Amino acid sequence: MKVTLFVPCFIDLVSPQVGVAMVNLLEKLGHTLEYPEKLTCCGQPPFNSGYWEEARRVARPVLERLQNAEAVVIGSGSCGAMLKKFYPDLFAGQPEAEAAQALSDKCWEFSEFLVNKLGVTSVGAKFPHRVTIHDGCHGLRELNGKQPIRKLLQAVEGLELVEMKEAETCCGFGGTFATKFPMISTAMGEVKCASAAETCAEFMVSNDSSCLLHLRGLMDRTGQSLPTRHVAEILMCS
Amino acid sequence: MSSPLPLSQFKRDATRLSADLTHRERLQTAMGKYQASRQPQQAAFHDWQQARQVAAETKWDALNHLDVYLKEFEKNATARGTRVHWASNSEQAREIIVDLLKKHGAKSVIKSKVMTSEEIHLNALLEKLGYSVVESDLGEYIQQLRGEGPYHFVFPCMHLSRAEISDLFTEHLGTATTHDPEELTMIARRVLREKYITADVGFTGANFIVAETGMISITENEGNARLTAALPRVMISLVGIEKVVPRLADLALFLPMLATAGTGQPLTCYNSMYGGPRQPDECDGPEEWHVILLDNHRTRLLADPEQRDALHCIRCGACLNVCPIFKNIGGHSYGTTYQGPIGAVITPHLRGVQDWKHLSSASSLCGACTETCPVKIDLHHHLLQQRRNAVAQKRGGLEGLLWKAFAFCMNQPVIYRTMTKMGRWTRPLHRWIQGSWLDPARAWTRTRELPPLPAETFKDFWRNRKG
Repeated sequence: MKVTLFVPCFIDLVSPQVGVAMVNLLEKLGHTLEYPEKLTCCGQPPFNSGYWEEARRVARPVLERLQNAEAVVIGSGSCGAMLKKFYPDLFAGQPEAEAAQALSDKCWEFSEFLVNKLGVTSVGAKFPHRVTIHDGCHGLRELNGKQPIRKLLQAVEGLELVEMKEAETCCGFGGTFATKFPMISTAMGEVKCASAAETCAEFMVSNDSSCLLHLRGLMDRTGQSLPTRHVAEILMCS
Repeated sequence: MSSPLPLSQFKRDATRLSADLTHRERLQTAMGKYQASRQPQQAAFHDWQQARQVAAETKWDALNHLDVYLKEFEKNATARGTRVHWASNSEQAREIIVDLLKKHGAKSVIKSKVMTSEEIHLNALLEKLGYSVVESDLGEYIQQLRGEGPYHFVFPCMHLSRAEISDLFTEHLGTATTHDPEELTMIARRVLREKYITADVGFTGANFIVAETGMISITENEGNARLTAALPRVMISLVGIEKVVPRLADLALFLPMLATAGTGQPLTCYNSMYGGPRQPDECDGPEEWHVILLDNHRTRLLADPEQRDALHCIRCGACLNVCPIFKNIGGHSYGTTYQGPIGAVITPHLRGVQDWKHLSSASSLCGACTETCPVKIDLHHHLLQQRRNAVAQKRGGLEGLLWKAFAFCMNQPVIYRTMTKMGRWTRPLHRWIQGSWLDPARAWTRTRELPPLPAETFKDFWRNRKG
């Protein structure tokens, strides 16, 4: 299958290894990849801040460029939800309304793409460690994607999956929320990190690097040494 | 002294409580218990998701025919002797209530839990006019003694420890120190029993009003609403217009649903259906029953087709109980009558978008509220729409410019690339200003480290591999 990658800006700039792992894995599974280099951001930050006109301005090139894709794979539940679920809202009543709906139908968050679209759960990875999952809210509730990441991790050889009590509780990132209300965001992150620590896991894994960016930053400050990984990185371990 | 603006008050209180670990621990424990008792109750429904669907459709029907059902309620209630009053706003409701108290020469009022009265600031008014007003719900009574509003609209004093309640009773009632919840309840009971007997007027709200029968349905755990409605001569019920359900049979779903979602009970301990004042062939009950149907800008929300479903709300409080924001900042930080996600959605409609829009921004849009809401209010998406509406009404000066600049830069791959590079070059300098007022990332770096920037971006990787 020809897969078009949409790489969120935070993966591009801060966690490029996640994008690399996705490329390597999808190619290992025999798919042809294309990556529209000129695309930068999905438009979610202004969208979530209420600036929909500006969001449309950012989203329009994405919509145009991805129009002819066969399948679009997005490396984050949050941006995935933006393209799949919120573009139709953002462009409702606009000339691009139909295009936004058409794009929505072929957008997939990475782990959802592997499990639900390709029917792949085992990719021959080995990771002999105790792992806990952080569910990113957008992937969990907007895309209804609780299971794919679990199915993928359960099929990894040697991996011991241990659920944390607050797996489904928001980590407090929330995009601009993290800087508009930093103390609330921090408190939420602390609750999450404490819950992850309770599991005695060696790694915290998610399908959303943006949540991990926030949690990593918090743990680096407080000296909590729980490494974080995107699920794609685990799937490339052997 | 003038009270601070809603936004300043919110930021001040939310910031303080976010860092208060004792407060956080208390809320997390209480809400953990709530979750544990709710789950088996929810599982006892044959199909909870289907029940939510039916409840939402019933409420949707009620709201879309509010004109019909409210009039039907009025007709049926009036037929049994209830006097129905219509109040467009808080002033009218207050006027109706004060007139009734005057007409009956009343001096004292006993209240069961009435959130609508918080909405119209009734206690403060009546006290100012010299009436004695006593809250009979234990949590509300405690909050009244403390001189503050409910902390959570279902659990009014959940933020207090037993020791704090004991101290409060010692201070106001002169009782001995006890940390036993039963003893604390008995202290309040002794005081309140006396008040029921001497009160001239009983005051209640309603969980539902039934159009078909003209009945008022009140749900409670303490029996205080029953006493409130049984002993005084005159009854007044202040009810939001969205409380109407079409049929008595609808309560067969709504009563267990409210108990399950609200407190994790199969049914609340006392569910009373009141059909109005004492009938000629009855030996007890109040002589007069007045129902005030309160709009207070609910019709403004009704006029918004996108967010109208917020009027489905049965005030179970489940959205507060699962909200990670509420669980960190607590109820008083909101500065509203209705706290949590539902409060953040309806308050801008009830009290003005520009003054209360910050509540919709103070959310990570995680959607836990929407997922748990028994009547399927699309809460977190309404917060998103509220942000859009607030900007459409009035753009933020600096923020508006920033988003314009953001959109411009993101649409120019060359600028995006240059900025990426500049970020990497200037990054080593950041540690000199980190955390100071010069730090543009201060909101982040006060509590979090910035991530290291790798030498190669994903775009670089892709370009290099193409060769």
